[in-house]
Amino acid sequence: MGKRTIIPFGPQHPVLPEPIHLDLVVEDEKVVDVVPSIGFVHRGLEKLVEKKEFTDFVYVAERICGICSFIHGQTYCQGIEEIMGLAVPPRAKYLRTIWGELSRIHSHLLWAGLMADAFGFEALFMHCWRVREQVLDVIEATTGGRVIFGSCKVGGVRRDVTPEQLDWMLKKLAEVEKEMRLLVDVFLNDDSVKHRLCGVGVLSRADAQLLGAAGPTLRGSGVADDMRLLKYAAFGDLDFQPIAKPDGDSYSRCAVRCEELFQSVDLIRQAVAKIPAGEIAVKVVGAPNGEFFSRTEQPRGELVNYIKADGSKNLVRFRARMPTFANLPALIKMLAGCELADVPVLVLTIDPCISCMER
Amino acid sequence: MAFFQMKKIILAWAVRKPVTTRYPFAPRKAVPGSRGRLDIQISACIFCGLCAKRCPTAALKVDRPNKHWHIDRLRCISCGNCVDFCPKKCLKLTPDHGIPAVTRDWETF
Repeated sequence: MGKRTIIPFGPQHPVLPEPIHLDLVVEDEKVVDVVPSIGFVHRGLEKLVEKKEFTDFVYVAERICGICSFIHGQTYCQGIEEIMGLAVPPRAKYLRTIWGELSRIHSHLLWAGLMADAFGFEALFMHCWRVREQVLDVIEATTGGRVIFGSCKVGGVRRDVTPEQLDWMLKKLAEVEKEMRLLVDVFLNDDSVKHRLCGVGVLSRADAQLLGAAGPTLRGSGVADDMRLLKYAAFGDLDFQPIAKPDGDSYSRCAVRCEELFQSVDLIRQAVAKIPAGEIAVKVVGAPNGEFFSRTEQPRGELVNYIKADGSKNLVRFRARMPTFANLPALIKMLAGCELADVPVLVLTIDPCISCMER
Repeated sequence: MAFFQMKKIILAWAVRKPVTTRYPFAPRKAVPGSRGRLDIQISACIFCGLCAKRCPTAALKVDRPNKHWHIDRLRCISCGNCVDFCPKKCLKLTPDHGIPAVTRDWETF
């Protein structure tokens, strides 16, 4: 047995977009144990429910995360609507689905860029983000915001999309899809990329389930579990099957996300084809009274919002369980036994969103 | 062996213009429908104060007796809540983001 040394990793590290600290216990170049510490960007957003009215809190909920902001707002609104028994118009549900999937595409492309950067492929990183910019253009033209959409509200959505905009969206997505095929080809087939990903950080199916992993991290270990199967928003009307890969290594987690890019494009096409005409919101009268667990699928995995209300304008309790928090134990498991040089890549394979996790 | 799969993208982009613009020499084009800067048509305003009441970040202040409308640009998140609630429809969000605010003070109309 070699001499054990502790190497601090983060909170400031070139590969980390957000702060998390890991104490890596290493023997020679091998990581034998990891001690994580979190809490660098805690903002106390959950406490704000006591100050903001329940209709205004959606703006705070959206700002929990800068990447998957729309799905945060949507999850919160769905929870309140469930407590109040509001019947959201079908058109609003379809629009939520379309915007949710657009946010998944842009989040996965952002992750792909960061991943390429982590294994030192700068050109690929730039091209991933170039393609992502086109998705952001579609989002900005239809919702008014680039990453903070601000288009979801309790009872429906805040703005409608014209048929011409939907056609333009499909045209843009066809271009984006073509470019994504070229990028995905590099991620899945290039030898130098495969060399960094194949067989690295294996998380077995049993471990993934035992440690409560979520999202692509769980599906990369062969468990076809996706919250979109709960048929929230318009997913009940769309043809959807979760993507899972059996190997459990970094490559299969990468492959799951790459295939989800095209799945999201397909879901948007289906939603645009089926979108009904009509109202986009219902009037909200009164205040919620009750509690509800709202669950949705974020780009990073399952998001759970617990909402408790007592009939007043301000909620009693709001709690958000983030997918990154669920994936942290799985990350620790993956890191134990890996090479020191693989740590940055492995940290990125769970697609960490630290600000999201700390709220 | 699939070596250097990136060559297709690299070769295609070797002869194209860059997608980035030379900001600030070439300013960014405003996207229609984007939520940019909050604008008020002060002649139509009745100073009801509904916008200030509904603002989630308390960025607006309405002085009803003196007929003034104030905004803190650094606090405004361009959510458009005030625009939705304005009874006279004198508030609007322009797609252009305007000049950046650098100091926290109240702009008065």
